[in-house]
Amino acid sequence: MDNQIDYVMRSVEERHVRLVRLWFTDVLGQLKSFAISPAELENALSEGMTFDGSSIDGYSRVFESDVLARPDASTFELLPWAAPGEAEARVICDIANLDGTPFEGDSRSVLRRNLEVARKAGFTFYVAPEMEFFYFSASDAGGPPKPLDQGSYFDLTTADVAGSLRKRTIHTLETMGIPVEYSFHEDSPSQHEIDLRHTDALTMADSVMTFRLVVREAAAAEGLYATFMPKPLEGVQGSGMHTHMSLFRGEHNAFHDPADPYRLSKEAKGFIAGLLRHAPEITAITNQTVNSYKRLIPGFEAPVVVSWARNNRSALVRVPVAKSNEGSTRVEYRSPDPACNPYLAFSVMLAAGMRGITEGYELPAEASGNVLRLSDEERAAEGMTELPGSLSEALTLMEGSDLVREALGEHIFEWFLRNKRKEWRSYKSQVTPFELERYLRMI
Amino acid sequence: MDPLLVYPDPPPTELARCLDLGGVVWKAVASIDAVARDEPADGWAGAIVVLAEDDSAEAAWAFCRHIRKRDNPVAPLMLLVPGSGIDTLNLRDELFEDFCLTPFHPRELEARLRHLLWRTVPAPTADVVTTGPLALNLETYQATIEGKSLDLTYMEYELLKFLMQHPGRVFTREVLLSRVWGYEYYGGARTVDVHVRRLRAKIGEEHAQLIETVRSVGYRCGTGRRTGS
Repeated sequence: MDNQIDYVMRSVEERHVRLVRLWFTDVLGQLKSFAISPAELENALSEGMTFDGSSIDGYSRVFESDVLARPDASTFELLPWAAPGEAEARVICDIANLDGTPFEGDSRSVLRRNLEVARKAGFTFYVAPEMEFFYFSASDAGGPPKPLDQGSYFDLTTADVAGSLRKRTIHTLETMGIPVEYSFHEDSPSQHEIDLRHTDALTMADSVMTFRLVVREAAAAEGLYATFMPKPLEGVQGSGMHTHMSLFRGEHNAFHDPADPYRLSKEAKGFIAGLLRHAPEITAITNQTVNSYKRLIPGFEAPVVVSWARNNRSALVRVPVAKSNEGSTRVEYRSPDPACNPYLAFSVMLAAGMRGITEGYELPAEASGNVLRLSDEERAAEGMTELPGSLSEALTLMEGSDLVREALGEHIFEWFLRNKRKEWRSYKSQVTPFELERYLRMI
Repeated sequence: MDPLLVYPDPPPTELARCLDLGGVVWKAVASIDAVARDEPADGWAGAIVVLAEDDSAEAAWAFCRHIRKRDNPVAPLMLLVPGSGIDTLNLRDELFEDFCLTPFHPRELEARLRHLLWRTVPAPTADVVTTGPLALNLETYQATIEGKSLDLTYMEYELLKFLMQHPGRVFTREVLLSRVWGYEYYGGARTVDVHVRRLRAKIGEEHAQLIETVRSVGYRCGTGRRTGS
């Protein structure tokens, strides 16, 4: 691949790049970066850069704290927000042990490994997430977040600061090679959605990391801030990351079967069944914060029960009615939120779906009516499983899951549980305004 | 005289004999790694790559791609190709200077080699390719649209270069995948669509049609027809 390195080195020279940022992701999905000079880049590309990983979340080990960042030359991009004459570029890295083997704490390597499993079965995994987020005014530091507007779904408000900000954001995304499918004002005040066009899952996980940075940078430039917190405002819809998925075999969509009344192949049905059966145990990964579970409640179009349907937006798995062309057959998984680690989230979703295919799981019947309107008793009568109601429940379900353990690998699995248990304990020790209001003077 | 590189190792006996009888200095290599390891100080004088009739042909093409795309490309390159493989030469012109059908006639091969090595300087190629407002500088790898820099990843650049170097021709995804990415790549044929979308996004909406989708066939660049204003 030295022609690729040559290409990168030549671009650095021609575009007068002063600084190259090496990006990688910690286990919790935070983007990490360190900068090197162009002079160090060629060596970094061929041999990698050693750094001390002990202070990175999920990277610490007992014996060795040094790890190797290996830049993936195919991800080299110029950063569009650098000042003129101060060109900067980024390269996304895989993290390796000093002996060159993939580092167990690196979530990008975890996704690579899971994609390899699918590839061996003949599949390429494509995903397209719908990214939801809120813009808030930065002046209210400390206080409750203040929405910028009272607009709602598809509103076109004239003095729409956020609208033009969203437009600029999309332009930046596109110059960085992240094509956008749709964008609009979402249901809640100040809430926006940008849907990304499908790519293979590794590229998409990289794109999601870039996306969150671009959205935040663009908002900060306007004196605002953007948040991917799943439920920042009480009483209105939270932010999800509905993820559309398909498996391709060469040029053909393995989910499509024109002969089936649902247009769904055996693989698609197995995949959906796998997602449904394993949904409760993978939820800790797709919804990893305490706050995530304040979004997964009835009444706000977020999924609560494990179900699938063709065009019902309250189902956990939705199968959008396919247009005539086979390429668009896909399944949409609606529980993930944009605060997840996309590498790990795509890994467990793929693992759940693949398990359904390889074990030949039976697809349960399609949910009828609005599954959200059912009472608890009715749900129980229909034999419906619910998604975990809190981070703590989700962690307990994950802990018993061989599927998640296998998909993430022992190191991340154990570290994630430890870290998140700690988060839960610290949340549980809070005395909340809810409790004070409800009990203080009553009892 | 610097040795000619011969692939694979060992080469077919009739080739080894022909080269030895013709007084050609040569060295066979078995793998891509060996090209740099065994390289003479002044570089290889050229290369002969043998395409067999079996599955190893893809590996041989990968080998050609490698020695032509590295910092110091090996040239001139002579291919020995069986009649059944003649179609695989199509759209790979940049990978070789001449070819000879196998089984070859020793005197023909000798004459072709002599002629090839005599012409030591490779034929000049254009440094800049343009399609409408798009320009690619093949020397510096820089792309521009209406004179403004376009920042492309390596594979975006390679795809655009391939399309622009064959203006007006329609390519299927399969052909693009095999000729631009090479079969070593496993991303699937949709990779091509993904890269075309990324290219269009970077080129910008107003010029996105420079890379045209030809329905149920594939893609082409530069039809000469102007769409829009």
